[in-house]
Amino acid sequence: MGLAKRIIPCLDVTNGRVVKGVNFITLQDAGDPVEISRRYDEQGADELTFLDITASSDNRGLILHIIEKVAAQVFIPLTVGGGVRHVDDVRRLLNAGADKVSINTSAVQNRQLVADAAGRYGAQCIVVAIDAKQVHGTGTKSAKWEVFTHGGRKATSLDAVEWAKEIQLLGAGEILLTSMNRDGTRNGFDLALIRTVSDAVDIPVIASGGVGNLDHLVEGILQGHADAVLAASIFHYGEYTVRQAKEYMAQHGIEVRM
Amino acid sequence: MTDIAIVDYGMGNLRSVSKALEHVAPTASIIVTSNPAEVQKAARVVFPGQGAMPNCMKEMDARGLRGAVLEAAANKPFLGICIGLQMLFEVSEEGNVKGLGILPGKVIQFTTMEDTSGQKLKVPHMGWNQVYQSAEHPMWKGIAKDTRFYFVHSYYVETADPEPVAGYSFYPFQFTCAVARDNIFAVQFHPEKSDIAGLTLLKNFVLWEPLIRR
Repeated sequence: MGLAKRIIPCLDVTNGRVVKGVNFITLQDAGDPVEISRRYDEQGADELTFLDITASSDNRGLILHIIEKVAAQVFIPLTVGGGVRHVDDVRRLLNAGADKVSINTSAVQNRQLVADAAGRYGAQCIVVAIDAKQVHGTGTKSAKWEVFTHGGRKATSLDAVEWAKEIQLLGAGEILLTSMNRDGTRNGFDLALIRTVSDAVDIPVIASGGVGNLDHLVEGILQGHADAVLAASIFHYGEYTVRQAKEYMAQHGIEVRM
Repeated sequence: MTDIAIVDYGMGNLRSVSKALEHVAPTASIIVTSNPAEVQKAARVVFPGQGAMPNCMKEMDARGLRGAVLEAAANKPFLGICIGLQMLFEVSEEGNVKGLGILPGKVIQFTTMEDTSGQKLKVPHMGWNQVYQSAEHPMWKGIAKDTRFYFVHSYYVETADPEPVAGYSFYPFQFTCAVARDNIFAVQFHPEKSDIAGLTLLKNFVLWEPLIRR
């Protein structure tokens, strides 16, 4: 027996509440972040990821209070992302109780930020999030994926696989990889994307975007070669508990923490 | 008198460690400190560490903490966590830096390998792995034998003799993840992030009364 594959519920947070976007247009309220964190912890979540999607900078401080509250009650790794621009943002989140900080747009704009943050706080707490969209071909052989920033609104012309390799060289400890084609569709991960990136790097890759049922989680590990799987909506609305997801993965021969 | 001092040498975030200790010992006085005198005054000492070991050694010395750490490791309940375990050994492959040399052995880097199914094993070794207890110890009290703890590290310790090994894990080969000698207990994993099992271990530390060699 060895290292377990991780299941990571993701909480999109805005103005102090957990929300779930439906195709990025309407946001539905899904509850109180502290309450939801405790519930997922009790169900056996291996980590929790919080994405601060607050649009206005006025309310950005709210996420710090939420993380402080969660960290005092939930003793599993907490990752926080959204709006991280400076090493000082990393410091504030870690001091609030985050264990890892996820950097997306700013990593592309300023590669030195990743190197500086990893150098200062250690690779283990720096996650780089990649939002990738398929731009060419099909399958693992000919497909190409482009990196987008600013919540998927801005193309970068960066190739996702090359960017993943660069992130590793910059010193990041982990990659959170989201398929924009699949995000919100509930049709399953982009397995070709996940597998191509995961096989190309030595650091762990978290698969994200498109989970609609428990088979998708299994596929992400077995076919996508992901080290961890992230999902939001299947857990938020009580369709499945984290424990059910783990039991299902275990039935399919995947090592999980029960 | 302070019950527990968490040694802060400016490497990484110690809030998680203090929060978890406060949770299991709500009435204890717990401080996070970089002051050697405060470490000396504490009844118990937690020695954590994050990031790269050469930086950890450098920052510890820059704050004049070496003496206080050595003293604590010699005469009071002492818990090393992550790099705080690695620093107890003689030397690390990470920057070829010398450690404190309290325990014989060295710190070695994981290389990426494949598991039996041919899938690449990533480095850092990150996530929940099973910990096998190779020796009975008060720190393992109430923790089942193959319980999973949360790890995140790229280097591991190789002890020069088997005597201090208290626990081991596999990735994919066997490596030491817990050591114990007299009043010292040190772990590669993060008890403060290991849910109920980790809190149990921290609670055990708060209650642990090892025999102190004088």
